[in-house]
Amino acid sequence: MFSWLVRRDLILAWRRRADVLATLFFFVIVVSLFPLGIGPEPQLLRAIAPGIVWVAALLASMLSLGRIFGNDYQDGTLEQILLTPQPIFLLVLAKMLAHWLVSELPLVIVAPLLGVQFGLSQNTLSTITVSLLLGTPILSLVGSLGAALTLGLRAANVLIALLVLPLCIPALIFGAGAVDASVNGTGSQPWLLLLAATLIVSLVFSPWATSAALRISVE
Amino acid sequence: MFEAINLGCIRGDRRLFAGLNFGIRPGELIELRGPNGTGKTSLLRIMCGLAAPAEGEIRWQDKNIRALGEEYYSNIAYLAHQNGVKDELSAIENLRISNALAGHPLTREEAGESLAEVGLSNYWHLPTRLLSAGQRRRVGLARLFVSQATLWILDEVLASLDNAAVELTRKVVTDHLSRGGMAIIATHQELALPSSQRLDLGS
Repeated sequence: MFSWLVRRDLILAWRRRADVLATLFFFVIVVSLFPLGIGPEPQLLRAIAPGIVWVAALLASMLSLGRIFGNDYQDGTLEQILLTPQPIFLLVLAKMLAHWLVSELPLVIVAPLLGVQFGLSQNTLSTITVSLLLGTPILSLVGSLGAALTLGLRAANVLIALLVLPLCIPALIFGAGAVDASVNGTGSQPWLLLLAATLIVSLVFSPWATSAALRISVE
Repeated sequence: MFEAINLGCIRGDRRLFAGLNFGIRPGELIELRGPNGTGKTSLLRIMCGLAAPAEGEIRWQDKNIRALGEEYYSNIAYLAHQNGVKDELSAIENLRISNALAGHPLTREEAGESLAEVGLSNYWHLPTRLLSAGQRRRVGLARLFVSQATLWILDEVLASLDNAAVELTRKVVTDHLSRGGMAIIATHQELALPSSQRLDLGS
């Protein structure tokens, strides 16, 4: 059942791949604008790269959050999913996994390529990948909580960003901190461990809170 | 089996209904009637457990459905105003996925047969956004017809269907009842089914 729901969302994403590509291109363009705007100063670019990649990933994620439950809510399939004889947090977890695979994983994959523009070393590029691999699931987890809370509201997309972005600050600090530490050569492992801890905490609380929020929104 | 006890529903500051008592036993059909805005859909959603009643409770085999949770959901099939059909998926994908999620996966052949039964044999591979409103309704009906649920909760089930589909629906509901199934149908049309009870809201 879990795998059917993930598969369904992957098929749907494939049939509407323009939406998925829009998120990815937004990320690529935002990150690329900075070297163009600031100019070719390797020292400065290296210093700001961690923050830029991470902030851009956060903003790009906001674009896709409304779709996690929004489309299903409108055509009535969400009600049908909620009425299936499965624990609701499993269903929510499947939706979160599908969202991560569709909207976050592509960001993780292109991020190191974009890092080359900032003159980052091999080592730092792999730290970017690892930090995003640990950090983007947090965005999916916290993001779907925001999506569930704002379901069916007007201006839901803006509200999601206002709700979710502050909650993602720990992930941003730890993730960008890890990349920063790698640029300065001070060892990124403690930051990555903190990021992993944040991931575990959100993995425990978010599906449960999202389930409750969905029940309230659908009612 | 199914009992509604002293149900009340409040929408905004308006009381839609109060003190509603009824029960459904195996083989029984309830016809739910009432003008627009009298709470038919609200009542059906409460019966599904999607919404909580403002007062009263619903019991399934003498247990409150709010406490039963998922255990209750395996006994009901709900066809809402919206069909619960994904535009981007074809009819057969919609049917197979929603059945797999409901806990009884269909093979490709079984799903194809059931779509043929509702008259969609030539359309099963098309994305449902290319189908007409009536044809999408038929996809929703196909899901209902293969469901193994005991209690069918149907909202305006005959809306936008042609005569053949209406006849088919009547036949399938009658079969369901004769197998000991239960149903509640909200409708404005003439059902022409042997309903054992008529529930009038807003009278």
